[in-house]
Amino acid sequence: MSDLSHHTRYHPRWYRRRMSVWWWLKNRAYSKFVLRELTSVFVALFAILFLWQLRALAHGPDAYAQFTARLKAPLFLTIDTVAFLFVLFHTITWFNLTPTAMVVRVRGKRVPDKIVAGSNYIVWVLLSGIVAWILTRG
Amino acid sequence: MPPTIALDVIRYRPERNEEPSFQTYEVPFRDDWVVLDALNYIKDWLDGSLSFRWSCRMGVCGSCGMMVNGQPKLTCAAYLSDHQPGPIRVEPLNYFPIVRDLVVDITEFLRKLTKVKPWIIRDQVWPVEEGEYRQTPAQLDTYRQFSQCINCMLCYAACPIVGLEPEFVGPAAIALAQRYNLDSRDEAAKQRLKILSDHAGIWGCTFVGECTQVCPKHVDPAGAIQQFKLTGALDALKSLLLPWGTR
Repeated sequence: MSDLSHHTRYHPRWYRRRMSVWWWLKNRAYSKFVLRELTSVFVALFAILFLWQLRALAHGPDAYAQFTARLKAPLFLTIDTVAFLFVLFHTITWFNLTPTAMVVRVRGKRVPDKIVAGSNYIVWVLLSGIVAWILTRG
Repeated sequence: MPPTIALDVIRYRPERNEEPSFQTYEVPFRDDWVVLDALNYIKDWLDGSLSFRWSCRMGVCGSCGMMVNGQPKLTCAAYLSDHQPGPIRVEPLNYFPIVRDLVVDITEFLRKLTKVKPWIIRDQVWPVEEGEYRQTPAQLDTYRQFSQCINCMLCYAACPIVGLEPEFVGPAAIALAQRYNLDSRDEAAKQRLKILSDHAGIWGCTFVGECTQVCPKHVDPAGAIQQFKLTGALDALKSLLLPWGTR
């Protein structure tokens, strides 16, 4: 009760509640947010892997063959798959965020959020189509 | 017997209690009653010592914000019928120091609010004879949504960053800063960007998005912060590419 002595009529003693260690489990939005924070590591990993691939490509066909052979190891396949899934998760988050961060106006009227977000997906599909076409052509 | 509903209300009397605890009250259940009506019933008929803030009863004043079943809500808009069968848990707003019962201290919030200079700042103020600063409906439309904020602080109680980083300026204050940035009469966007371009400002936000979900006035603070970030990022890029450019 020693703390109570600090309370006097004109100097009230406030109570500060502590945040539970499990605050991020209380709400779906909080859990998703923490998941995004933690999985950003995988996005970095995915980027590093991609840079490594480019480096192998720059070093010639032998180096590239060695690189792809290494990637076929189960460990790399697992890491790459997990990283890819999280990159996908982040990409979708970003795409859906665009209408929030960017207010697009055409002739003074605000373009609906679905169109702004949707255009990202359309460009994504188009670019993926072009890449797929280049890969399957030869 | 007329139907009743139970309310588990946080009580904290600093002169008597070491820490807050719940007290249960049984109040009449009526379809047209909101949580605030139930609290007023408690105050009038059951326990006059219960303290809480309220004023307008219609979502305009922003003073009756509390946690209702763990969600930040204006108690004047939280119907008992939406929380059947009860008990309904009523707590003071998250992350704010509790002064007494359901009353929280908002000094920090007010400090953060004034920090972002939420008023019109002009390089040159016209003399009154020149008339008012005119604005077209389209110009008004750019910031109108953000000007609907009633400072109820529900967004602060919904934001885990506010709880984790006490210095974080927070959703409502940044939304209000953006409201003045977008105002065609204002000329202090650069000043506010300087104030808010740090970890306690816009970059503290990691887009949880709950502030927008709980906002009773559809202000969309999360949107305001992301737009502010975009401006901040473009500004940083510009000064990197054109360091000699006028700033």
